Amino acid sequence: MSSGGDAKLFARGKVAELRTELQSGGKKDKNYSAKKIALKKIVANMTMSNNDMVALFPDVIECMNLPSLEIKKMCFLFLVNYSRLKPEAALKALPTLVEDMGDNNPLVRALALRTISYIHVREFVEATFQPLKRLMQDNDPYVRKTAAFCVAKLYEHDKKMVENSDLIDRLNRMLKDENPTVVSSVLASLVDIWGRSESISLTIDYTSASKLVSILADCSEWGQTYILEALMSYVPQDTAEALLLAERIAPRLSHSNSAVVLTSCRVLLYLMNYISDEKHITSLSKKMSPPLVTLLAKPPEVQYLALRNAILILQKRPEVLRNDIRVFFCNYNDPIYVKVTKLELMFMLTTKDNISVVLAELREYATEIDVHFVRKAVRAIGKLAIKIESAARQCIETLLELVDAKIPYIVQEATVVIRNIFRKYPNQYEGIIGHVISNIDDLDEPEAKAAVIWIIGQYADRIENSDGLLQDYLATFHDETVEVQLALLTATVKLFIQRPTKGQQLVPQVLKWCTEETDDPDLRDRGYMYWRLLSTDPATAKQVVMGQKPPITAESEKLDPRTLEELCLNVGTLATVYLKPIHQVFRAARPRRLQPSPALQRPRIEDGTANMLEYNPPAASLAATSTSNSGLATIITTGNPISPVNAPPPPTFPVSANPVPGGLSPNSAAINAADSYFNNIGSQQMASMNLGGRDDGDVGGGGVQTQYVVTQNSQQVYQPQLAGGAATGELLLL
Amino acid sequence: MLSGILIFNQKGENLIFRAFRSDCRPRLADIFRIQVISNPQHENIYLVAVTKSNANAALVFEFLYRLIMLGKSYFGKLDEEAVKNNFVLIYELLDEILDFGYPQNTDPDTLKMYITTEGVKSAIANSPTDSSRITMQATGAQSWRRADIKYRKNEAFVDVIEDVNLLMSATGTVLRADVNGQIVMRAYLTGTPECKFGLNDRLLLDTSDTTGAAKSRGGGGTSGAGKATRAAAGSVTLEDCQFHQCVKLGRFDADRIISFVPPDGEFELMRYRATENVNLPFKVHPIVREIGTTKVEYSVAIKANYSAKLFATNVVIRIPTPLNTATTTERTSQGRAKYEPEHNNIVWKIPRFSGQAEFVLNAEATLTSMTHQKAWSRPPLSLSFSLLMFTSSGLLVRYLKVFEKSNYSSVKWVRYMTRAGSYEIRF
Repeated sequence: MSSGGDAKLFARGKVAELRTELQSGGKKDKNYSAKKIALKKIVANMTMSNNDMVALFPDVIECMNLPSLEIKKMCFLFLVNYSRLKPEAALKALPTLVEDMGDNNPLVRALALRTISYIHVREFVEATFQPLKRLMQDNDPYVRKTAAFCVAKLYEHDKKMVENSDLIDRLNRMLKDENPTVVSSVLASLVDIWGRSESISLTIDYTSASKLVSILADCSEWGQTYILEALMSYVPQDTAEALLLAERIAPRLSHSNSAVVLTSCRVLLYLMNYISDEKHITSLSKKMSPPLVTLLAKPPEVQYLALRNAILILQKRPEVLRNDIRVFFCNYNDPIYVKVTKLELMFMLTTKDNISVVLAELREYATEIDVHFVRKAVRAIGKLAIKIESAARQCIETLLELVDAKIPYIVQEATVVIRNIFRKYPNQYEGIIGHVISNIDDLDEPEAKAAVIWIIGQYADRIENSDGLLQDYLATFHDETVEVQLALLTATVKLFIQRPTKGQQLVPQVLKWCTEETDDPDLRDRGYMYWRLLSTDPATAKQVVMGQKPPITAESEKLDPRTLEELCLNVGTLATVYLKPIHQVFRAARPRRLQPSPALQRPRIEDGTANMLEYNPPAASLAATSTSNSGLATIITTGNPISPVNAPPPPTFPVSANPVPGGLSPNSAAINAADSYFNNIGSQQMASMNLGGRDDGDVGGGGVQTQYVVTQNSQQVYQPQLAGGAATGELLLL
Repeated sequence: MLSGILIFNQKGENLIFRAFRSDCRPRLADIFRIQVISNPQHENIYLVAVTKSNANAALVFEFLYRLIMLGKSYFGKLDEEAVKNNFVLIYELLDEILDFGYPQNTDPDTLKMYITTEGVKSAIANSPTDSSRITMQATGAQSWRRADIKYRKNEAFVDVIEDVNLLMSATGTVLRADVNGQIVMRAYLTGTPECKFGLNDRLLLDTSDTTGAAKSRGGGGTSGAGKATRAAAGSVTLEDCQFHQCVKLGRFDADRIISFVPPDGEFELMRYRATENVNLPFKVHPIVREIGTTKVEYSVAIKANYSAKLFATNVVIRIPTPLNTATTTERTSQGRAKYEPEHNNIVWKIPRFSGQAEFVLNAEATLTSMTHQKAWSRPPLSLSFSLLMFTSSGLLVRYLKVFEKSNYSSVKWVRYMTRAGSYEIRF
């Protein structure tokens, strides 16, 4: 096909010139080619946000009635763009649009309907209602499809007006349409409306859900996605129904469109909540693995999305991807965001059986050029040492080999992770202290310095010249960051407690600095704290300062159960890229929760009272809707959002809606409830503080979860306990 | 869903701005230009989708890539020039393929029936009967195929194209070897043909539910047989397959038959992945010695591991050199080697590589001395090649049957090709 040579028209123009051009031509210009060129220039200027073009409104509207579809489309585009700026001028176009909605040609009818419903001007919205009702029953499916989306558009313009009309009921009735494309469009429209209103609930019963699954095959790839998304509103009442539906949806995993694949995953994960038989769940989970891996052959953006979702799904269903660790090995040319995410997955999938392969791979990464990635690789080795106890020795050896290469940033990173290893396995690997200390001069980053200072303090009695080493750092005490200063303070106190003769000169000096010469409240508080402790009762001080520390874990990106559940209901959406509670990223998004039903599987008994509260009202609403259910699906409108039937559950209520994954004893339900309550508070505060931006994607900010987490993604996550509000807790334990 | 679609050129100038919801303001264009400028990039333009809701990200990315494909189908390629030359048409297309930010029918064949470049004009769209035909097509169950296609000679070409990926460690162990295959079909068939397609594959599934299907499918191996017997019986295990939307997935899931009504012309019928019994076409054995800080010695041997009847073309081996390389000398037993300073590579090209042949390159890189000596990261050596009539996975097309009302006979052609995907050898 030849490409049109319109590039020369893509230039800034003046209103007056364009107006003359638009009016030129006259009768000689049979094909209106002069007018077309002028209009094209106007469209180009519109793109360059040359708002002078608004002045041409009357001239453009005049062209609208010319018998050329091409001209008409350009005029409509102009109208959609500018009518908000000049509503009164736009009104002149209204009769043409209304007339076109009755045109013989279905393409023209649909075009006019599509255009008029884009225009955010009251008169246009009002004028759409009557023709829309007619066009929703048009005999052409293309027009009906357009009409279906039109309802959602009108709902965006004016909620009230749509709710007070019977449009939503009519839309609902269109679900019986014999054309699959129309049905999928209606569903997309209904889900869109559902997402913007708290007062509307969308219910799909089994028969309808089953019908929807059967038309999947006849829809376009996009239509399939819309239907699958809508199926999230089906609440299985019976575990066999859920299973049957899941098995019928599973073939969609072979679709070449990743939207269909990931949305199928979403529906399957959702339905699994209602399936009782573990065997079936395992077999469904297994079916999900190969398609997820196949997405890694797609363009990098889709790969990244698939990887982020794999992190999510793996937490929910660990049996997925169990044997696939090698596919997550990084290619040299992968973009950095893909590499880092693969690294995360490798960490999650490493077990004591495959650790050797993984370590060899990570060592390879540690010699690459990209500093950021190298650091992550080193950190991952350290985390693996903490995750898999039997392989700790192997990991440490790998780390020491890397340290020997004397590349500064590797040494620094390794120092930090070795500190964590010491914390995890006290009194096991102290033999390597000398090795670590020997690189002390290479360290210039605060985190690495703080780590090595911690090691010196903790093992002050074993390191021959510990006082000398500390003294070197203390010489520049005032130039260090607070992080390092805090570490120095604690280390000096530890030195004093373990070797009083060596530390007695240093301690008073450091305490004086910290209490009198600093502006940092944390440092001062901790200084006073030690001071009092040491002056009151040295024996207790020793107990407190050198006492046993709580173990640390290495589960990074571990989402709290509530967020995990929420995100699993949103697989494939933008929120899964951030892996954060949806309200932190999209404040306006309507939350989706697991709806209770007799079939809902809850492996562990939860706090009964809390559950009942969630259980009752929706059950009542279900009964109410299932009787009035005439169409394929039902959407209920209530003008009054406080209606008890549809009231959203109070967001602050501490309901832990799902089981806490293993590791905790069954009777810790109360603790879980409390934890999730505080998590919830944390996240709310975050939301109100408007922190939901584009952080590194880790959940570190998400409030008080596991307290001692060594994450790979952010260097700050561990540190806030030293520097931030939780410092008191840390202080007592160190 | 999407609130708007924007296209920018390299300089950050806005070429296309189409809003679908009122929350998409023109100001957004400036925000992107000033604060973001990143991927998804294609040729020399940026394609940007904007949304305020928790949209289906997979759908958004797929749509953007579809837009690129559509642009290629309409204009040959989608770059700044093409966008500027056809901006009105692009607006027209966007209006059609997105409604309220929801992707609509994006099949180029259907779209070309009523959205055309200037030469053809929107002629057929002017009479109502023709229009209904178009609308039926656009909303029908087979939106990808018109009903009135006629060919004098009915032909179908099947291309099996495999990208073989290899990651080999410095010690010669295969860390990863897999095949990403695609089957591209060019169908020039009259009417509405129903095609059935068979491969020598055996999908990896739970043994319990493959037993029935396995017996009915080709190959000799009995169900539950080990991998070795399966390979011996000439069947291939595919880890996963994904199909074009024309393939009846329900049918495939039930009885493993790939059955479809093809679009007219070229399309990608399926993609698959194989990880077992991957035949690596080339074995590379690099020896790289760093001598002091001033010299690196290379000795790279490469052997073709396929039948002597076949030959690979355009074999290119990229051998990384340290960043501070000053000069290099190369000697090869076949082909040509050249140092490319801009990529820090020695590029060794062998235009034609016969099966079972073995060639060697000896090279030496002299390094300039640096005050700040930093270890060389030794990126992996990489290969690219294409090899006809060979599949790394061993996949073969068993049959392609075409059924049509008029019962015409058709000619089918099959071609196999293996290319290097990411074929990397560490040293």
